[in-house]
Amino acid sequence: MHPVRKQRLIIVLFIVLGSSIVVGLVMWSLNSNLNYFYPPSKIAEAPVGKAIRAGGCVVPGSVVQAKDTLRVDFVITDGVADLAVTYDKILPALFGEGEAAVMKGRLNEKGVLVATQVLAKHDENYTPAEVSKSVQNDSVDRSKDVEICKGLNYGT
Amino acid sequence: MAWQWFHRMGSPRWFYEKFAPWEKGLAIIAVILLVVGAIWGLGFSPAERLQGNSARILYIHVPAAIVAMAGYYVMAISGAVGLIWRMKMAFISLKCAAHIGAVLTFLALFTGALWGKPTWGTYWEWDARMTSTLVLLLLYLGIIALQSAYSNQEAADKTSAILALVGSINIPIIYLSVKFWNTLHQGATIKITGESSIDASMAYPLITMILAYYLAFAWLMIAHMRAEILQRERKTVWVQDLVKESE
Repeated sequence: MHPVRKQRLIIVLFIVLGSSIVVGLVMWSLNSNLNYFYPPSKIAEAPVGKAIRAGGCVVPGSVVQAKDTLRVDFVITDGVADLAVTYDKILPALFGEGEAAVMKGRLNEKGVLVATQVLAKHDENYTPAEVSKSVQNDSVDRSKDVEICKGLNYGT
Repeated sequence: MAWQWFHRMGSPRWFYEKFAPWEKGLAIIAVILLVVGAIWGLGFSPAERLQGNSARILYIHVPAAIVAMAGYYVMAISGAVGLIWRMKMAFISLKCAAHIGAVLTFLALFTGALWGKPTWGTYWEWDARMTSTLVLLLLYLGIIALQSAYSNQEAADKTSAILALVGSINIPIIYLSVKFWNTLHQGATIKITGESSIDASMAYPLITMILAYYLAFAWLMIAHMRAEILQRERKTVWVQDLVKESE
């Protein structure tokens, strides 16, 4: 390679490596702040009195819908710790037991998250409706859903 | 001798003439595959277990996002080649990749927002995946803006090549964002190693669409680059002759 080109190549590598290292260090120092939500086991790290986001798997059987209002109570888990959530608005269509959800709100004095927004977090699995039906006919238990929940990344 | 093709590629005239049939051929294959993939995916693939029909937007969204990121590599490598070897064609390729990449990134963000509303319950959230993809769009738009900010093409080319190189770290960040941090966006479905978590009946139309998007990218790159060659070489004899012939 011509020496002038070699020198230019070194400059190009320097630009790429230099900017990558700078961005990498910024990302590293911001690490936990770049998380979109706190998993239940790390909720203690969340700032007190501020609106936070929590995310996890909705524990099957934990969803209690009030009879006269929209109020719904449920528990989310990351497999390590649980967090009780209460919400009084309409849930997204994909919200369900054994599925992941992310909610924004404040912790009350009892340690319950009073949510102002609930988002459904779907996983990376794509299964046709027909296949899923036939699977459900074979076995009634919801172990499959819990399994799907286990595969989710909670950042723990 | 091994480097002959590389030096030939550096000649705008050679590229313009040699790639004329490629432009036509790729256009035909890409359009056929896009139509086949879209009809297959949107019309004949099964509905998703939980999301129902709304998951069909993945056939538009996923390939757009993949090729938008691949396009950035084309742009950054073109920038590096341009800076090192001072090749005219490398800078032309950089500019054209920026235009096509910006459109694909916008398409990925737009279809993602449309998909987000019925599934997550929101059009937009500032999670790591979405924010880093927005940064990708801003990088593309920055290159496009730089290209027209200078009256001197050479200065514009060098500056945009440097910006393209500086921004290249964003691509691994987008790719790894769903692994490093917890995000609203789900993890990768198609895995390079290990089993992909998508049913075969949905994977085949998706793979068809990804291939179609790549071919469409190649076609649009060649078409755009050939047009850009005529624009930049308009004062040369061979372009003047081409104009005279067509008149």
